[in-house]
Amino acid sequence: MIAVRDNRDRNAFAALFDHFAPRLKGFIIRSGASAHQAEEIVQDVMLTIWRKAAMFDPHRAQVSAWIYQIARNRQIDIARKENRPMPEELKEEPGMEPDASQILALEQEAGQLKQALATLKPEQREIVEKAYLGELTHQEISAQTGLPLGTIKSRIRLGLERLRHELKDLKQ
Amino acid sequence: MSAITHHIPDAMLAAYAAGNLPHAFAVAVASHVSLCAECRVALGAHQAIGGAVLENTGAVAVSSSLKDDILAQLDAPFTPEPVYERNGIFPGPVTEAMKGRAPRWKKLGMGVRQDILSADANGSVRLLYIPPGQAVPDHSHNGLELTLVLQGSFSDETGRFGVGDLEIADEDLEHTPVADPGEACICLAATDARLNFRALVPRLLQPLFRI
Ligand SMILES: [Zn+2]
Repeated sequence: MIAVRDNRDRNAFAALFDHFAPRLKGFIIRSGASAHQAEEIVQDVMLTIWRKAAMFDPHRAQVSAWIYQIARNRQIDIARKENRPMPEELKEEPGMEPDASQILALEQEAGQLKQALATLKPEQREIVEKAYLGELTHQEISAQTGLPLGTIKSRIRLGLERLRHELKDLKQ
Repeated sequence: MSAITHHIPDAMLAAYAAGNLPHAFAVAVASHVSLCAECRVALGAHQAIGGAVLENTGAVAVSSSLKDDILAQLDAPFTPEPVYERNGIFPGPVTEAMKGRAPRWKKLGMGVRQDILSADANGSVRLLYIPPGQAVPDHSHNGLELTLVLQGSFSDETGRFGVGDLEIADEDLEHTPVADPGEACICLAATDARLNFRALVPRLLQPLFRI
């Protein structure tokens, strides 16, 4: 992803396609699209990834998390023909050195989350999948117990430390 | 700026990440996240879980021509989406809802003003301007209302809400928010039900009769 962002590397983008396109297609079909529609959306999502690559910040998001959000946004924008309201982008400090340990920690955590999800009981996993495929309203989600909240919390702490650090840098 | 103490509930943030919040609420949530480091990080956590769901989804083979089709389009010209920047007290998602224009205040009486940014059967988004010491107009809604403070503050039976704080009120909440002394209070109010204007009037007249 970094090679796509910084070097506009087409081979790296092709590798990203090989990994994510079939998953995206499965994901989009699960949320109700036909195979044909799904491919059109996959195409749209992959092109959005290429065009918005400059906005990817590995300190703040895992590749899979970033692509997940793009996929959901594009699905909704196409279905409702309107742009989803998005938070302001944080401006990265120019010339800030990448923090390799932070990036690694985030990606390791993505691996752990994936593991944790795979080991959930089938009915729990079903709920998590439904929630993040946009099949549950916020009232329905808040009525659910058993979402992996502990994992969320640790991620929150990790990310907050970094963000506080950044905000402090910006003020100086 | 005082610290934000009223945040977005986890379930609402998850529904926002999944794209399953009514548009009006999504404007309020995106605006709060623009102002709140804590909720930005929490949103990142939900996106990470979404990413894990994506990774675990069974892959479905794509047609053989799809990759080449996409690679062939990488250099095609495209129009980037407009980026709405923060403008004074208004965070980016609010300036987007305002379509980049200045507020167009309409008088509601008692010095209270509003600017309806969008309204239909699925909900409404509006700005409210409440002079110091004045009661906030009745939350005449049938569903849920999210109120995000952009300037000043207000207090009600449940607490004090300053800049960045988000109040979530359902129809069962009986409360009388009053703008605090000092600066006028400007809020973004989002509901998931049709606005009911008639119900707005009696509440606004209440202070008159009390005088
Ligand atoms: Zn918050």
